[in-house]
Amino acid sequence: MGELRLMKGNEALAEAAIRAGVDGYFGYPITPQSEVIEYLTAEKPYERTGMVVLQAESEVASINMLYGAGATGKKAMTSSSSPGISLMQEGISYIAGAEIPVVLVNVVRGGPGLGDIQPSQSDYFQTTKGGGHGDYRLIALAPSSVQEMSDFVPLAFELAFKYRNPAIIVSDGAIGQMMEKVELFEQMPRMTDEEIRAKYKWATNGKLEDGTRRIITSLDLDPYKLEEHNLKLQKKYKEIEENEVRYEKIMCDDAEYIIVAYGLSARISQKAIQLLREKGIKAGLLRPITLWPFPTKQIKELVDSGIKGFLSVEMSAGQMVEDVKLAVNGKVKVEHFGRLGGVVHSPEEVVEALEQKIIGG
Amino acid sequence: MTEEIIIAGFGGQGVLSMGKILAYSGIMQNQEVSWMPAYGPEMRGGTANVTAIISDERISSPILQVFDTAIILNQQSMDKFESAVKPGGILLYDPNGISHHPSRKDINIYKVEGAKLAAEMGNTKIFNMVVLGAYLKIRPIVKLENVMKGLKKSLPERYHKLLPLNEDAINMGMKNVITVQEV
Repeated sequence: MGELRLMKGNEALAEAAIRAGVDGYFGYPITPQSEVIEYLTAEKPYERTGMVVLQAESEVASINMLYGAGATGKKAMTSSSSPGISLMQEGISYIAGAEIPVVLVNVVRGGPGLGDIQPSQSDYFQTTKGGGHGDYRLIALAPSSVQEMSDFVPLAFELAFKYRNPAIIVSDGAIGQMMEKVELFEQMPRMTDEEIRAKYKWATNGKLEDGTRRIITSLDLDPYKLEEHNLKLQKKYKEIEENEVRYEKIMCDDAEYIIVAYGLSARISQKAIQLLREKGIKAGLLRPITLWPFPTKQIKELVDSGIKGFLSVEMSAGQMVEDVKLAVNGKVKVEHFGRLGGVVHSPEEVVEALEQKIIGG
Repeated sequence: MTEEIIIAGFGGQGVLSMGKILAYSGIMQNQEVSWMPAYGPEMRGGTANVTAIISDERISSPILQVFDTAIILNQQSMDKFESAVKPGGILLYDPNGISHHPSRKDINIYKVEGAKLAAEMGNTKIFNMVVLGAYLKIRPIVKLENVMKGLKKSLPERYHKLLPLNEDAINMGMKNVITVQEV
């Protein structure tokens, strides 16, 4: 068993970055995720593993530092919260276009605009449907506990490098700020420059042995070549959709109604399900762990198994519910419930929403 | 066993650290724990509160509307959280600074003179440990030895010389809890 600690989600994520053998972290502080850079600065990972920690002058600088570091085949990471992630969108699109495997973290807060600093889930569209320009996708992992804030860091890097695609960990202010028991994984070694050169032929760290130059770019002025590049990206996205869907089912086996929720809302909904079952209502929870690729197939299977209705619970005005509706395809009722602007719904409110919108409605 | 607790008072009273010590104690005896502070504008100068959950099972929602126990340390928190105690649950408070005492008839109410006792012991900072002791007397969900282990884990080493004082404070709270009503 690994070392047990009581940590904030943000701290667990920062410690996991060091232990995952990350080469560089570039970030700019913003509540509610400032503990990430605070922890990294205090922990001095450059003394522990040689990892670079750099406070950039802005989020725009951070994301472009990430582009540069990632292009050399190094493990590079940044974290921010909603307004900061908005600032990074241009860079994210470039990184996706250039197929750089980096890891981003969004500890989501209430929006739009500067919004507030309370937990929210209203960046689902931004994460899964673009945010930046062009046809691209981010592999999006949504932790719902402090343990997952730690575990998803090496997982995000594994997926990012497997597919040469940026991955994003989508958390929220509550998961970032709360403390839970976390079992830390063992220190993983950082890769040497030789290992990187041998493993990643695309990485821009010098010519190949035969003299071939390695080029990373997201620019191609020839539309036919750019179309070819896009088709290659689409093929990769299809492969990710087929192989990397992750989810958790809780009490779905005998369920008549399903709540679909991720992150903090999944935790709240799990309590709601306990309360519903105490009232004799058979409810279950489907928790998407990957927001993209989305567990569409799993929802279809639940529809086919005779589920009477779905409630999508998220701290937004109804974003993920669109993907639930696409999966259900009009066969049974799908509704959304969620508080807005950083207000967190209670388990009792979720119970009431399921009773009124799905069972009674 | 699952115990869902809200601890609420002024910022600086040690509300958050009391929850943290409780959570660490739970870890020391292999339980699941969560500690969710009210953060943000609320914590700047005003009230502070934390939801601490200790359970034998995986914890579902870390944010709650109703609680098994409320530990209340100022009037604003009393106004906000008296109604949030589950029927049959526990409300523990320090009467210092409380003008409207709890009036519910369907919950167990206890009080402890935490501020006064800590002052008598010569260190007002251990106030939260006195209150924690009172709570553990009412609800012995974690063993004292595990509290001490938890305290040792959560305090930086330079403060370890204060561990005996903290233990005395916990014992002081345990001895001085007053039953107001039991249902």
